[in-house]
Amino acid sequence: MAYDGVMAETINIRGHADDEISAYLARPLGPGPYPGVVVIHHMPGWDAATKEITRTFAVHGYTAICPNLHHREGPDASPDDAAAAARAAGGVPDDRCLGDVAGGAAYVRSLPYSNGKVGVIGYCSGGRQTYLVACNLPVDAAVDCYGGRVVASEEDLSPRQPVAPIDMTGNLGCPLLGLFGTDDQNPSPEHVARTEEELKKHGKTYEFHSYDDAGHAFFATDRQSYRVHAALDGWQKIWAWFDKYLATPA
Amino acid sequence: MCTWITERAEIAGSGKGPNGWFTLTHTNVYYDHPYHATFDHTLNIDFVNEADGPGARVAVELTADSARALVQKIQAALASGDAQHQRSVVPPG
Repeated sequence: MAYDGVMAETINIRGHADDEISAYLARPLGPGPYPGVVVIHHMPGWDAATKEITRTFAVHGYTAICPNLHHREGPDASPDDAAAAARAAGGVPDDRCLGDVAGGAAYVRSLPYSNGKVGVIGYCSGGRQTYLVACNLPVDAAVDCYGGRVVASEEDLSPRQPVAPIDMTGNLGCPLLGLFGTDDQNPSPEHVARTEEELKKHGKTYEFHSYDDAGHAFFATDRQSYRVHAALDGWQKIWAWFDKYLATPA
Repeated sequence: MCTWITERAEIAGSGKGPNGWFTLTHTNVYYDHPYHATFDHTLNIDFVNEADGPGARVAVELTADSARALVQKIQAALASGDAQHQRSVVPPG
């Protein structure tokens, strides 16, 4: 029987502007080498559900790191209070998010058991941020799980989120997997179709899958939005995607 | 909804959090994903004092119907309270 063990812990990393922020690291206990995954948490924060997802990647053979994007709003606050403070401030600034994710990616690449490859995955607002990362940082694969506001109207933009991610599609630098629900309102099926058109126009490598009888947050096992058929198939597609693009050492 | 859209107002009053009563300065209101309630979207209200840190918060997550019913009841309570208080300050004739 193959040895099966992981360890997970909170650590500190350097993020945007060289700030020290907290992150959750989960890794297999074998010798490696392992590919890395940066997990971007959803809008409700750096919470238990996201840490469970991070551990799931370690169980499947990835060194996974989840930076706390709300660290500055409340380094010692509960995830919900920090998320509320981030919202009150106008949300996580896109440039700060990019810096924090870059710090997480650099950290896992620096580990002696890294294979040099790093993917990124995010859920809900983290799906939008994943699209942003894939268009701005040197990552090797990306998975956008129902990220809303990739397509954004003028009134959706703000000083903290000044550019619609869809307008960055020409800069997408890695293969992108998108997982959506047809009952979702944000991103709506129309927004998903517009994003797909843009990816085609720029000749990007991507796969989009939209599940019927599923809406927003269908992966979330602790919410009524959970849809077992979409979640189980979605996880299989995530493993296949990351295996295809991250397994071969850099 | 997955948005950052938030209605914000200055308020004066007090709230009771895990560490007891504190002075409220603002309320943030948004219709978005809840943290705890088992619904896709809820009307969320945070009563806060930001100067005291992110933990100085009284939070509620209500279904849309509950929130509308609450608005009506607040209006009704204010109206009946105003009427009672006006009567109490009228000098006896």
